[in-house]
Amino acid sequence: MSTQYTLPQIASQVRRDIVRMVTKAASGHPGGSMSSTDIMTWLFFKEMNVTPETWKRSGENLDMFFLSAGHMTPVLYSVMARRGYFPVDELNTFRLFGTRLQGHPCIEKGLPGINQAAGSLGQGLSVAAGAAAGKKIAGDRNFVFCLVGDGESEEGQVWEAALIAAHHKLDNLIAITDWNGQQIDGNTDSVAGLGDLEAKWKAFGWDVIKADGHDFASIEQAFAAAKAAAGNGKPKMLLMKTEMGHGVDFMAGTHKWHGKNPSPEQCEEAMKQLEETMGDF
Amino acid sequence: MKEYIDTGKKDTRSGFGAGLAELGRTNPKVVALTADLKDSLKMGDFANENPERFFECGIAEANMIGMAAGLAIEGYIPFAGTFANFATARVYDQIRQSVCYSKTNVKIAASHAGITLGEDGATHQTLEDLGMMRMLPNMVVLSPCDYNQTKAATIAAAEYDGPVYLRFGRPSVPNFTPADQKFEIGKAIQLEEGKDVTILATGHLVWEAIQAAAELEKKGVSVDLFNITTIKPLDEKAILASAAKTGKVVCAEEHFIAGGLGEAVSGLLARNNPVPMRFVAINDTFGQSGKPAQLMQAYGLDAAHIVEAALSF
Repeated sequence: MSTQYTLPQIASQVRRDIVRMVTKAASGHPGGSMSSTDIMTWLFFKEMNVTPETWKRSGENLDMFFLSAGHMTPVLYSVMARRGYFPVDELNTFRLFGTRLQGHPCIEKGLPGINQAAGSLGQGLSVAAGAAAGKKIAGDRNFVFCLVGDGESEEGQVWEAALIAAHHKLDNLIAITDWNGQQIDGNTDSVAGLGDLEAKWKAFGWDVIKADGHDFASIEQAFAAAKAAAGNGKPKMLLMKTEMGHGVDFMAGTHKWHGKNPSPEQCEEAMKQLEETMGDF
Repeated sequence: MKEYIDTGKKDTRSGFGAGLAELGRTNPKVVALTADLKDSLKMGDFANENPERFFECGIAEANMIGMAAGLAIEGYIPFAGTFANFATARVYDQIRQSVCYSKTNVKIAASHAGITLGEDGATHQTLEDLGMMRMLPNMVVLSPCDYNQTKAATIAAAEYDGPVYLRFGRPSVPNFTPADQKFEIGKAIQLEEGKDVTILATGHLVWEAIQAAAELEKKGVSVDLFNITTIKPLDEKAILASAAKTGKVVCAEEHFIAGGLGEAVSGLLARNNPVPMRFVAINDTFGQSGKPAQLMQAYGLDAAHIVEAALSF
């Protein structure tokens, strides 16, 4: 584990990786990847009881992670590579023909650390709920984490999962909403107003914890509170306020960078704003 | 012809229920989920005997398929059961991504398939499920013909490592295959050997095809008759050998022509040895309310229509 680096240092390198990956591939989704970078850095480097050495798809006696918003592969692949799941150099192959780093995560290519395909939105929370149910049967006291997009939460299946996970008292399920307020067509309120997300999740029977998704102390507290309430019969939703495109001024706070790659010149400009800490791929 | 003895009419969904109950007693990894149709799918014995391994998911099929995938990742063998329409069309994308593309060991248990669902009418009469399921990479598609075979297919599905679509139905139909059979995925069962015409039948149409073969024998036509228990992978070797022998193939199924057994066979023959074919299936029209036997007759899915097709070359 890269313990010589601080969390902000890792996050800075991950954001550099994200921008460089989508620039090189000339496609991909940087916006949500950069909004969830700090959350993902925390999960993979601090929170989860799983390492590149112990990981197995079944997640037996380990924490498990499901990325429901599958287009956020740039951040997923970067944190995984930086954590040691596969060589950092492999980030060069993102979205290229034959790569294990498919545009959206998959099983077929056998990338270590991936336990489910995602991309068609709204499915991951159900899969995570099933995994959480499996841990209940097995008496496995580890946790199942799932990252959901706020725009993704317009999918009906997310609310089916919300209802049934609470019904089955899956209190070992910790979901995180990357609450960046943006989606492809605009800000979420203008596209399909999500309304009071906190009230909605509470009404579905979940414990809801709000946090600042760019403040590691706030992120840490949120996960600690969620784990402290394990055993109370309620699944957990961490609503983490974030900013799309966070870390690069011309990419921040707008839906325009949801699924667009920077030009080489823009990439160069972005690199000036993100410190290289762990060495570029 | 051999003698085929109906040991008493039974519904194939009860064969599934019996198979699932047996799996519950013999394999601790088997779990089951339903979307508010536990009793319709005869899952009660499994649910009562294994409450910790049974998940009522409410009328929310998309989530049920996802949860089944999650349980499969954890090493369980989930059977997700609902009506065939809600087990396919309603959740196609979930099956595509969370099951087939993700190679999760999920068994889709689809009951009330076909027009014999009867009185509920066209909204529930799935006639395109075989086509949708066989288009998906990594999916195995099973279509047993009676109670005993559905029970055996359920057990075989659990033993197979990978996604399976298991199709069965609602009405009571003759139960004539052996109670102690071992279901072999991918193997067509030859019922009769003949030289004049090949008949390939699946599901509820197998019994009808047996009656048709008896009728044809009286008319001096000898039938090479197969029970196609697996739609995917097809038993290509057996089908090609029979087509080469008779030069005429009739396919009979409770499904649309589009996407069904007949089209699967026509593709196989077109690629290898084209021979004339006839399709006993429903041609591009929705069903309607009615009694199962009445609907089978009205939509051309009974023994008489198979005889007619076999004599039409």
